[in-house]
Amino acid sequence: MFYREAGDFTTNYAEDNQTFPIRLDRMGYYATMIVAFCVVPFFINDYWASAVLLPFLIYAIAAIGLNILVGYCGQVSLGSGGFMAVGAYASYKLMTSFPDMSMIIVVLLSGLITAMVGAAFGLPSLRIKGFYLAVATLASQFFLVWLFNKVAWFYNYSASGQINAPERTVLGFVITGPNAAPAVTYLFCLAFAVGLAWLARNMTRSNTGRRWMAIRDMDIAAEIIGVNPLGAKLSAFAVSSFYIGVAGSLMFTVYLGAVEVGEAFGITKSFLLLFMVIIGGLGSIFGSFAGAAFMVLFPVLLKNVLVGQLGWATNIAAHFEFVIVGGLIVIFLIMEPHGLAAIWRVVKEKLRLWPFPH
Amino acid sequence: MSAGFYFGVEVFLNGLMSGVMYSLVALGFVLIFKASGVFNYAQGVMALFAALTLVGVQSGQVPFAHLINAVFGTNVQHFGWEVPTFFALLIALAVMVLFAVLVEKFVLKHLVNQEPIILFMATIGLAYFMEGFGDLMWGAEIKKLDVGIPQGGNLWIEESTAFLGGDGFYGFYLDTLDIYATVIAAILVTSLVLFSKYTKTGRALRAVADDHQAALSVGISLRAIWVIVWAIAGFVALVAGIMWGSKSGVQFSLSLIALKALPVLILGGFTSIPGAIVGGLIIGVGEKMFEFLIGAPFLGGATENWFAYMLALMFLVFRPQGLFGEKIIERV
Repeated sequence: MFYREAGDFTTNYAEDNQTFPIRLDRMGYYATMIVAFCVVPFFINDYWASAVLLPFLIYAIAAIGLNILVGYCGQVSLGSGGFMAVGAYASYKLMTSFPDMSMIIVVLLSGLITAMVGAAFGLPSLRIKGFYLAVATLASQFFLVWLFNKVAWFYNYSASGQINAPERTVLGFVITGPNAAPAVTYLFCLAFAVGLAWLARNMTRSNTGRRWMAIRDMDIAAEIIGVNPLGAKLSAFAVSSFYIGVAGSLMFTVYLGAVEVGEAFGITKSFLLLFMVIIGGLGSIFGSFAGAAFMVLFPVLLKNVLVGQLGWATNIAAHFEFVIVGGLIVIFLIMEPHGLAAIWRVVKEKLRLWPFPH
Repeated sequence: MSAGFYFGVEVFLNGLMSGVMYSLVALGFVLIFKASGVFNYAQGVMALFAALTLVGVQSGQVPFAHLINAVFGTNVQHFGWEVPTFFALLIALAVMVLFAVLVEKFVLKHLVNQEPIILFMATIGLAYFMEGFGDLMWGAEIKKLDVGIPQGGNLWIEESTAFLGGDGFYGFYLDTLDIYATVIAAILVTSLVLFSKYTKTGRALRAVADDHQAALSVGISLRAIWVIVWAIAGFVALVAGIMWGSKSGVQFSLSLIALKALPVLILGGFTSIPGAIVGGLIIGVGEKMFEFLIGAPFLGGATENWFAYMLALMFLVFRPQGLFGEKIIERV
């Protein structure tokens, strides 16, 4: 009734191949884009930008990246926090070495550097599989964090060991540092998130994406039908790390501004990203956004209710947050192991039939 | 022989001892993975929770004191009694068994036949839950755990090895606690092996580890086995929690020993109890020696965080199933 695909006819291949073949989906997509680009920037304030929208967009980029690796290529990785750190430190070095470089190029280059590091750490995946690989990727997490802590060159020999983003502009607007307007930073991140999501969606429908999925479903069978596992796995690691690196770079330059590596990109970040991917739905771009939204919004909501409404002490509220988030994850996995994306599919199905039961 | 050489030997011995401590944690992982195929990330938090419960019961703390005070505005902290260590141990063990029953009832039962990664994520969720729950129940401050195991350098070993060196060598320094830990770990492993070899339940455990469906078809209750396995893992977690807790206090960082046990696990193989022990020893010695010989002099120290993983990775590239793991056979 509400969600109709009847009467939607395609008359040429281009229409048949478009990303959203159903008109209603397409309209929803355009509406979201118009709201995100043309409405939100006028109403955004500092709190919404820094507490909700920026982290949501940045984590969504990282979640798409991890989803490419875990959801599409089937290689479980626990090293994403370390790769985010690579992105952050790469952009710091680029920003300080080349002050005139555009921020867009800085972010993309940081992504490329992370992609190279990621591909190098992806090499063992050719031999090691399953949980052995998951634990082995922790090596990259700990090694990279240690490296950025110990080698002073990475943080330009600053006394505190922190890195701070210097002020930079894009098209004349201040984008990093304390003087950046929330609308500008929001639009900057939004442009990256939308562009990269579009890229990921189309990549997963292409030759490359189908190769990843063949490897995920059974790598030996994929090899027999002519998929090169070396190319497929390494490209998945590289592309995934590119996304995660861009997210790390944005997180450092635009969102946080100052970063201490062990704190910002520790092992908890890797788990957080994995939660987003699993709760959102493995192998779904929409799911990455949904998972990121859930994991960003939920703690904010919880804190507002527990501390703001009930007036509890912050430490008790923090413990409660652990209990509730942990419990919710378990409940979620029991109720719907395929994540929010699967719930969305069910809802669409229901909307299509409503008010008739069959 | 120079003093440097003896110092190296001492580092080696201490590496062995800390390896035993890692093995204690890895053992819990192996037990659960063998019997239920669940990669239980919560093992470290279980050790923390067990140790917290032990200290709390021992010192007569009121559970959920902070919460009660926050909600009702009261000020209760202690019952005002102290429970003898032995009974506190029993109570902590009972809590861990109860925990095993609850996990089976509320989590595992509903996740039968799910993919391994879903189960793994569920245990991470469980770890978060237990971490918050333990803090809510017993408070988050650092606690001292004392169950009567002596600590500090062992004088007897120091004195009886002093003759080896010349000037400036006063014998090997070994922590008494570590020696106790080694003995206890040896007893634990022996009894686990005997238990699984010679008792009826142990045979059922091995059957389940071998093949779930075949075990079901001969009338073994999978759910009962899972409760037993999680209870045993809880017991191992309690032992690990006591050892680590007496060494460095009971606090949040105790749950991070899971991260120390993971490389031990992949090095030894997920399914092998001897693997957990040998892997622990290799990792313990490897990281101490690396830090001593290369890390501290040339790389600026603190290499222990990642060296274990790198070492395990090196081994895995040559043996993807770990040293003692079952050979992975893949069919299309």
